[in-house]
Amino acid sequence: MMSFVSYLVNGLSLGSIYALIALGYTMVYGIAKMLNFAHGDIIMVGGYAAFITMATSWCPLWLSMLITVAVCTVLGVVIEKVAYKPLRGAPPLAVLITAIGVSYLLQNIALLTQTANPRTFTSVAAGAPPFMLAFEGKAPLFFTNAADSPYGDLKPVLTISMETFLAIVVSVVIMIALTLFINKTKAGKAMLACSEDKGAAQLMGINVNGTITLTFAIGSALAAVAAVLMCSTYPQITPYTGSMPGIKAFVAAVFGGIGSIPGAMIGGVLLGVIELLSKAYISSQLSDAIVFLVLIIVLVVRPTGIMGKKMNEKV
Amino acid sequence: MKNLFKRAAAVTLAAAMTVGFAGCNGNNDSGAGSNNGNGGTLVIGGIGPVTGGAAQYGIAVKNGAQLAVDEINAAGGVNGITLKLEFQDDEHDAEKSVNAYNDLKDKDMKLLVGTVTSAPCEAVSKKAAEDNIFLLTPSGSSLECITAGDNCFRMCFTDPMQGSIAADYIADHLNVNKIGIIYDSSDSYSTGIVSGFEAEARNKGLEIVDKEAFTADAKTDFSVQIQKIADSGAEMLFLPFYYTEAALVIQQAVGKLDIPVFGGDGLDGLIDVLGDNVALAEGVYVMSPYAASSPEAKSAAFTKAYQEKFPNDPLNQFAADAYDCVYAIKQAMEQAGVNDASISASDLCNKVKTAMTQIEFAGVTGNTKWATDGEPEKAPKVLKIVVKDGKGEYEVL
Repeated sequence: MMSFVSYLVNGLSLGSIYALIALGYTMVYGIAKMLNFAHGDIIMVGGYAAFITMATSWCPLWLSMLITVAVCTVLGVVIEKVAYKPLRGAPPLAVLITAIGVSYLLQNIALLTQTANPRTFTSVAAGAPPFMLAFEGKAPLFFTNAADSPYGDLKPVLTISMETFLAIVVSVVIMIALTLFINKTKAGKAMLACSEDKGAAQLMGINVNGTITLTFAIGSALAAVAAVLMCSTYPQITPYTGSMPGIKAFVAAVFGGIGSIPGAMIGGVLLGVIELLSKAYISSQLSDAIVFLVLIIVLVVRPTGIMGKKMNEKV
Repeated sequence: MKNLFKRAAAVTLAAAMTVGFAGCNGNNDSGAGSNNGNGGTLVIGGIGPVTGGAAQYGIAVKNGAQLAVDEINAAGGVNGITLKLEFQDDEHDAEKSVNAYNDLKDKDMKLLVGTVTSAPCEAVSKKAAEDNIFLLTPSGSSLECITAGDNCFRMCFTDPMQGSIAADYIADHLNVNKIGIIYDSSDSYSTGIVSGFEAEARNKGLEIVDKEAFTADAKTDFSVQIQKIADSGAEMLFLPFYYTEAALVIQQAVGKLDIPVFGGDGLDGLIDVLGDNVALAEGVYVMSPYAASSPEAKSAAFTKAYQEKFPNDPLNQFAADAYDCVYAIKQAMEQAGVNDASISASDLCNKVKTAMTQIEFAGVTGNTKWATDGEPEKAPKVLKIVVKDGKGEYEVL
């Protein structure tokens, strides 16, 4: 029973990270109608930014987090201006291939400058004790440090690391903030309007190009947060760190309905939970096969994803 | 259209020629030993990937073998015979490997150290068996590398053998009985070790209480595998894969799973990758025939000589295996009394393959004897990581 809770919590943590990345995919798709396959590699760059700044002696943790977010935001905006904006009128395939090109460019720059050797990332919550739960008779006891606990030899039945806890809490806070931003502010409403109909939005006086840039900036900032959370939970970084989570998050975005913001959150969390539970209860080898099988079933039943809206293309 | 075709053909040709020249360049620096004996010069061939994805293995083997050849020549050669190493690149490709083999035959190769990687070795060993040329692979670990004929020998352990030796060591020397395994089901190295481990564990009465897999596409999150091993009540965790993933397992297990870890030679490198968290590697058992930081006299001398000669190249067990290969050949030739380099490759092969089964070889990777099927018999070397003042070191057990 406690193992199940442990799998579930870890699944939620992994899923929240997927959801943060999937938000970047889905927002960009919703507005620019393009798949930004370089998104996963922005995570990798964020990971290295955090790794390098945290290794210096003068940089406190909060500053290196700020630098990481700034680096990713600037990178996302620059990529949009340099690689995607000139292609705004081009066929979708050209933009897609450009995105793949940017992805390889970032990976190879990282390979050149940081080498292929995996680096061990120091967790942002390094040294923080895990949360533990034990039972004394029937009474549940919560404590955070086994060595100092007054409960003696009680063996914890459930241990949740600080990183896992942080990933869930930070993601929830960010998702609430993002939802408020989109629905309550002018800039957020402009984003919604652009995703509905770019032409009409422009006629209403919305700066479409500015809104697209803002979308890339927000998506990349979320990628920076995901990078720090992911590298803290799975403390290793290589130039390919971003590619697999990037693909999984893309799947999560499609799963939830690409273009839909609540869809990306639900899709990401579900994907993480399904992945870990199938690993635990079906087979540790088959977990990816099961994840993608679920994706196929969902898309067959609901081609627009869980939260996707059916859009009629006007001719 | 025709023009385009021509241009494509020209580019392809140019590329092919460049590759050819690159290969030539690679060979020029090898075998510079002077003719100091009176038995003539005997060519030892070497084949392995010096470029491409597996290059670090090929380069290490080439350097290791060259180091041994230079040392032997400096000390007067083998019964007056001067050795010369001709090393060719196969880019870890079976077809290119066979081409390299044919080319080396034209260069009067009498013995072959190679090939480095398993799949090319399977192809080349068949050719070598037809020609009756003696073959000693430093690092081809698949079973089929040396089954082509009695002329084929091996320096390293096979993957299943490594697993079987690990089970023996745990059963005989460590006070544990319940083993939990995490392995990479998408990698033949890992599955090979696990199959050997399971078979021997059954014989020795070890109980495998849980066996969990992961694949190359899902190798960051190990929380489920760790939880299941913890639930199974295992007393030792067996990790037969490479140090990159092992570092993640060990870091994620903190606070959840507190049992000793035992790994194969793939864990050599764990100390470096853990960096500041090296304290987590305390007490990890690594089964490696050679580790660069090993304190043992023979290993330390080899490490020093290699690093002086090739300061920028990879140094790993492949280099040590290749170094041992050349010295094993030397010992076998001395045992057989070969003192004339003009002997034909086939006659030399007949003498050396008999001598190989008679010698007892003491090398960097351990004391080795060979059976007639070409498989090495050597005691495993188990190292234990100890952390002192924030630095990881190996302690030989």
